[in-house]
Amino acid sequence: MDVFDIIGPIMVGPSSSHTAGAARIGKVARNLLGQEPVEAIIELHGSFAQTYKGHGTDRAIIGGLLGFEPDDLRIRDSLAMAAQKGLSYTIRKVNLKDAHPNTARITVSDYSGNTVVVTASSVGGGNIVVKDINGLEVDFTGRSHTIVIPHRDAPGVVAAVTGLLSSNHINIGEMKVYRKRRGGDAIMIIEVDQAVSQDIAYQILCWETRHKRWVKAQMIYISRWKTMQR
Amino acid sequence: MGKSPDDIYKQMENNAKVMEESIAGALQPNIKSASGLSGGDAYKLYKAIEQGRSLVGALMDKVLVKALAIAESNACMGRIVAAPTAGSCGILPAVLLTFQQEKNIPRTKMVMSLFTAAAIGMVIAKRASISGAEGGCQAECGSAAGMAAAALVEMMGGSPRMASHACAIALKSVLGLVCDPVAGLVEIPCIKRNAMGASNALVAAQLAMAGIESLIPVDEVIDAMKEVGDLLVPSLRETGEGGLAATPTARKLAQEIFRNDSKNKQL
Repeated sequence: MDVFDIIGPIMVGPSSSHTAGAARIGKVARNLLGQEPVEAIIELHGSFAQTYKGHGTDRAIIGGLLGFEPDDLRIRDSLAMAAQKGLSYTIRKVNLKDAHPNTARITVSDYSGNTVVVTASSVGGGNIVVKDINGLEVDFTGRSHTIVIPHRDAPGVVAAVTGLLSSNHINIGEMKVYRKRRGGDAIMIIEVDQAVSQDIAYQILCWETRHKRWVKAQMIYISRWKTMQR
Repeated sequence: MGKSPDDIYKQMENNAKVMEESIAGALQPNIKSASGLSGGDAYKLYKAIEQGRSLVGALMDKVLVKALAIAESNACMGRIVAAPTAGSCGILPAVLLTFQQEKNIPRTKMVMSLFTAAAIGMVIAKRASISGAEGGCQAECGSAAGMAAAALVEMMGGSPRMASHACAIALKSVLGLVCDPVAGLVEIPCIKRNAMGASNALVAAQLAMAGIESLIPVDEVIDAMKEVGDLLVPSLRETGEGGLAATPTARKLAQEIFRNDSKNKQL
């Protein structure tokens, strides 16, 4: 906790958890897709489902999907802007098992049909926790620079990625690896202290091309929240 | 944090700038929140004062107009600075910005007093809570009033001891205040509680500046706030199920909002 957790964040109202956190959830989904989204199914659970209109949760999530930060006033007009930018969306109420009261599940696709399903909760003060990506249980906040790499569970993958980061002087703060089963789909969540350049992303991609260890030929990178440094 | 003191000051200065900007947004007669429950009250008060219908004096008037305006701006999806939360965002800026202007305080001093407010807020967040869902409204508008009281004392040249007593006096006055938002939205009673919170901060700062002390030290008051918050039943902690939210009128309003919701849904 620092002083800007108390005086801050700067945000579009009315609710840090229902509006600012919702915008961040949308932005995470956009970053995980890595492309301009063209279709989104937004499923709202609990208090999100009950109060989304009055809190502008729908506008905030769609604003995030369009790339807006929580303090971007365009969030107010994001529903109209989605139409202009070719993003069609559906909003549904759902009941997710054992989920935090402010949880959204977003299924978002790009023009070539790539789809990511993200479940995340808004846990207060605009902070979020990403709970699930494409059916793999995860747990990260996005407050640090975060690298997300879906891969196939196999020896050497973690070593290769961490080796590349190390040779580029990127310090790993926290790292978790999740897998569905031995040798199956897996995902690496790496929180690092420095921003990751396109060049490093390219190096990781090249390693992938040589070794075919990724589920999909893509590296996903989520940058840190920018709101605090506005 | 790895930032230089200069960068940290600049970031707080930017928060002050957004606080100033957030006032103008709501000082209009026709603004309305998405639910339709709120908007336009800051303007109403502003007009009444302009027409000479003031009961409490110019300084208090200006504080109240700002507190309402920023809280309404928040309800209407304007850009605000959470201080410490979005629901209580009007209290601290209303108090500090008004006194800065009216008493010709240098801007740097006002920005530095925001650090005082933040430090108090951090202590409250650590020992108790600044979330309505955890500790009721005492944790949101109460904390904001305590922070604003201490920051005002600091900005007006009082001692740290006076600042801590100002915080204690403000918090003591709202122990047990429940979080009971109508239809679960940050509007009723939150907006008017921002005005009340600002006046609470002024009273507490004035008493403390006169040398009046809280016999219960501020740390113990914060601990009491935590204990009271833990004792609050869930229906009085931001669930929109108890207190004002459970009144017949509130239930009717909530039903109307949700009915309109399902009519407009883009399915």
